[in-house]
Amino acid sequence: MSAPAPSTTPDRTLALVPESVRTRRTAVAFDAGVLLRITRMAFAHPWRMALGLGCTLLAAVAQLVIPQLIGDAVDFAQGLLASAGDDAAARDALAHAAALILVTSIFRGLFTMMQNYQGEAVGQLIAYRLRLALYAKIQKLSFSYHDRVHTGDLMTRGILDIEGTKLWVSTGVQRSLLLSVLVGGGAWLMMSIDVLLGCLALSFVPFVALGASLARLRLRTLWYALQEELAVLTRVMEENLGGIRVVRAFVSQAFEMARFDVISRRALTIAHHRIDVFVKSTTTMTFAFFVSMGLVLWTGGEKVLADALTIGEFASFLAFMAILQMPVRQIAWTVNSVARTSTCGGRLFEVLDLEPEIRNRPDARDLDIREGVVRFENVSFRYRKEGKGPPVLRDVSFEVRPGRVTGIVGPPGSGKSTIAHLIPRYYDVDAGRVTIDGQDVRDVTLGSLRRRVSVVQQDPFLFTAAIDNNVNYGDPWAERSAVRRATEAAQLHKYVEHLPEGYETLVGERGVSLSGGQRQRLAIARSVLPASSVIVFDDSTAAVDAATERRIHEALADVTRDRAMIVIAHRLSSVMYADEILFLEEGRIVERGAHDVLVALGGHYAALYALQTRSNDGAEVEDGAGDEAPAG
Amino acid sequence: MKAAAPPSPTHGSPRAVVGSQVSFEEEMFGAAFDGRVVRRFWSFVTPHRRRLWIGVAAVLVFTLTQIAIPLVLRHAIDGALAVGGAGIEVLHWIVIAFFAVAALNYASNFTQELIVGRISGSLLFDLRRAMYAHLQHVSLSFMDKTEVGRLMSRLQGDVNALQEFLETSIFAIGDFVLLIGIITVLLFLDVRLGLLTLSVVPVLIVVRIVWLPPARRAFMRAREASSVVNGALAENVHGVRTIQEMGREAVNLDLFDDKAKDNLHAHLRASKFSSVMIPIVDTLTGIAMAIVIVVGGAMVLGQELGLGVMVAFLFYVQRFFDPIRSLTIQYSIMQRAMAAGQRIFEVLDVPVEVRDAPDAAPLPREARAIELDDVTFGYGPGRPVLRNVTLRVEPGETVALVGPTGSGKTSVTALVHRFYDVWNGAVRIGGHDVRNVRQSDLGAHVAMVLQEPFLFTGTVGDNIRYNKADATRGQVEAAARAVGAHDFIERLPEGYDTMLDQRGANLSLGQRQLLSFARALVADAPILVLDEATANVDSYTERRIQRALARLLEGRTAIVIAHRLATIREADRILVLRDGQLVEQGTHEDLIGLGGLYARLYRLNHASFDDFSAEDAVAAES
Repeated sequence: MSAPAPSTTPDRTLALVPESVRTRRTAVAFDAGVLLRITRMAFAHPWRMALGLGCTLLAAVAQLVIPQLIGDAVDFAQGLLASAGDDAAARDALAHAAALILVTSIFRGLFTMMQNYQGEAVGQLIAYRLRLALYAKIQKLSFSYHDRVHTGDLMTRGILDIEGTKLWVSTGVQRSLLLSVLVGGGAWLMMSIDVLLGCLALSFVPFVALGASLARLRLRTLWYALQEELAVLTRVMEENLGGIRVVRAFVSQAFEMARFDVISRRALTIAHHRIDVFVKSTTTMTFAFFVSMGLVLWTGGEKVLADALTIGEFASFLAFMAILQMPVRQIAWTVNSVARTSTCGGRLFEVLDLEPEIRNRPDARDLDIREGVVRFENVSFRYRKEGKGPPVLRDVSFEVRPGRVTGIVGPPGSGKSTIAHLIPRYYDVDAGRVTIDGQDVRDVTLGSLRRRVSVVQQDPFLFTAAIDNNVNYGDPWAERSAVRRATEAAQLHKYVEHLPEGYETLVGERGVSLSGGQRQRLAIARSVLPASSVIVFDDSTAAVDAATERRIHEALADVTRDRAMIVIAHRLSSVMYADEILFLEEGRIVERGAHDVLVALGGHYAALYALQTRSNDGAEVEDGAGDEAPAG
Repeated sequence: MKAAAPPSPTHGSPRAVVGSQVSFEEEMFGAAFDGRVVRRFWSFVTPHRRRLWIGVAAVLVFTLTQIAIPLVLRHAIDGALAVGGAGIEVLHWIVIAFFAVAALNYASNFTQELIVGRISGSLLFDLRRAMYAHLQHVSLSFMDKTEVGRLMSRLQGDVNALQEFLETSIFAIGDFVLLIGIITVLLFLDVRLGLLTLSVVPVLIVVRIVWLPPARRAFMRAREASSVVNGALAENVHGVRTIQEMGREAVNLDLFDDKAKDNLHAHLRASKFSSVMIPIVDTLTGIAMAIVIVVGGAMVLGQELGLGVMVAFLFYVQRFFDPIRSLTIQYSIMQRAMAAGQRIFEVLDVPVEVRDAPDAAPLPREARAIELDDVTFGYGPGRPVLRNVTLRVEPGETVALVGPTGSGKTSVTALVHRFYDVWNGAVRIGGHDVRNVRQSDLGAHVAMVLQEPFLFTGTVGDNIRYNKADATRGQVEAAARAVGAHDFIERLPEGYDTMLDQRGANLSLGQRQLLSFARALVADAPILVLDEATANVDSYTERRIQRALARLLEGRTAIVIAHRLATIREADRILVLRDGQLVEQGTHEDLIGLGGLYARLYRLNHASFDDFSAEDAVAAES
């Protein structure tokens, strides 16, 4: 199948072909600290490790004994043949040798099994512990960390890096032991029979070990290169299939195929290159082995003829070589394992060793709610601490009392959402303080704080679980009746009731797909369910139509009577009824007061109000205020 | 790790879950052999046929050299070294023969590995390309009902399974020949000893057959457990903010621990299955060697067997378990490949419903009126979405399409672009039936702006230009300026060359919208079909979008699925759809005066028409 000529010029086609992502993984690395740390984790299971390593040792010894036994058996046969001795005694001797070989083989099998199983088991136990630790760490790391780090990066660590680390015991520790015993013991045994022949028999070892290891590291680099190209290819395909309507609308199939072909060929070239390196390496290794064997055949044969060596010894040399062939190649695996464990383990520990920026102070106490008064006192804040750009909030002060509603409006990027983020301490303020009933949010425990503060996001994350599980997310022990009340308040109950499986209906790809408004209503139900004292709506009714929104607010009035409420919105109808409205611009409160007061004032708020009530003939709003950044 | 005290008084276990509750595993194994799949797969191999035969030949030669090596050793011992051997002269010849065999082994090994590796690599890419190319043209109704993730697993997992199949099946030929070869040589060297030694083979085969089904279940179970645990991890990563907001850390960690433990146990069990084969094979090897030594040794004593034959037997015995092992693995790979193949060819067999008619005519530039003539259309048989709809949009006119969710608005726009063919009636552009014109012309003639602005990973400039490869930078900038996107683009770190991460996640929704307008403007088509975004943007951006929209509509014939009152009021005419039928049309004032569905919807919601659903429409009527 050759590619049809793309209809667009190739250089232009390249325009939308992304360069492959620069790798942040080093292909070749050695980090003794990381290896030591993982080895220590392995020895947290001392019995399994001892059993595994003991069995490795015994398996290696059994492996070494078998060629000897084969040689002995051959010598028996040859010796008896030459001397034509006692038939019965000869048969006994052979039976004895055979029994020894059988028993040794069985033991070798059993020891190898144990070695294999325990190596894998310790690896899996390490993986289990790392997985759990990573999971727990991800939960604890602050928002600012998750803002910086790509989700795909964390997933790679959680899947590939744990996978890479868990093989350390079997391919690293155990195999090094096996190899040293086999090569060392084999060398010693062969040398003790005949030094020259021993050297010849082992002559392929350093060559293969070095060659295979270099090739393996080269393959590793190529593997990463290939993975990167394939990742680009995956992205291009995913975007194409996800955006298939755009593709069809612009009739750009030929263009898309050309794009695909460019990357596909790039990846194929690397794939072929990899095959070349791999094939050259393995076939040359095998050839080196056979050359060694030929030399043994030649020299050994001459020695046998000169009576300097028995045929049995000669046979055992050949058997030794056969046994060493595979393990010597596996030296390359061990080298690879060192590199792989170093990188993968290093990347894991990098995350595991992080201290969350937002954490409980040593003397933190639980938040003690007496009334539920939220106060901002001269708060200033910026997301990027390097000091580039203006602060997101500048000297903001206000107070919300329980049962009262504060509305916050302003252009995009003016800092509205940031206010929502500072109350439950998703981020820490740079100056000033945020208090609830006089307690600085930094002085109380995070758990108690977040239990009392609910934030409803504009674009809520819903879980692939039943609607019931989604609504009770903050309190999985909640009564079903409480779930129902919350859903009713969010004006979603009628919809849920009509689903075939009601509250047990799954949300997400395989279940029901909710519209933007329904998702927001679900998020509202989720947030009003726990008995919080402060509730913040962060533009969380943007996709809900105005009539439904009104019904939600009427229903919530009951629930929120004794809670402090903050409503952030673009749509003024959502905040008009608030007790106080703050108009933010560039991080400052520029106007504040009730709706009527602000409209009468004739400032920013009044202009926005005019704009929104009737679209075409409304007042002009000066350009350039927004768009600088998506709302913080 | 024990979780901290949960936030509520605990009465039993929480009603909570982590991770996706549905397993995404597909049927992994099919029948071991499916002639249709193999035949169709073969058609992809055909272009590489010649090299493939060379590869197969190399596999055979390689296998023969493997069989030959112990034989050479046997001759070395019996012919030269053992009692009664011919001595040094013969030894030298044998050493030469050995090196010759080794060289042949090297050459054939190199050839087979290289050819097989390269062909199967190329095949992987060919198959993927064929599928991808097909997906560019298959009916959109297929694409609508198939998740992208599902298609991606065809394009990746299934293709890989077939590649693996090809790779292993060629080596399986080698294994098979090796097995047959070893058996033949053993029987040839000595029938009696050969039969005795081979008696362990059926034992191994029986053991493998008994072992395979439960082992495979254990391996699959382990795979599933892995995907479950990774799914839960993914949820933790993606939903981390919500988890922290709702204080679910402790409960989730507990639930995750259960899954991680389950995964641990599944893997330990799988590992038991793979470990247990080792001593069985080793024991059988030991038995075979013991037989060779006891029986063979006795035969050597009785002068019935050369010593070298005994040594050769000992070498062969250690070899013949490998091919049996790989052949049984091959069986599973074949089953997987057949299942994967069926799925791949299923995709390749999805019919392409919309194609150019053989005599498709070009569409003249001046064809600008849009006409739906008594159109009936639906996505599934028996469930029409549009029923006998007749409407006409005059050249240069802007028409707003309004109606509750599911009333058929999107279908109207899809038909104008001939994403689907109508059941009945006709769609005409400037009097030309869309079925009689070339699709490429139609694409150049009708620009489309989708509700969700879809951006590709690439620079801002490339996204505006998209497939209009010959658009200059000047044109791109002019379009951006016209829709008011130039200013914010200039403020991006690298202006028009700024890379958009993850489909423009670094832009706000309003900005993405403006870029998709600019893209449509560069395409410069005389007809525009636009599905207005429902998602709310702030009033400032909204204002900018309205201006851009006005600029985009200038001088074009346009159908706009409108959600915003401002857009609706600016249209020349409003068409109200309901349940697939055109129920009202006219200007805003006309329709308000009419007091019908439009008027009721208008009263319901004073600033925008977004997100009203069928239930709202019903509510509006009551």
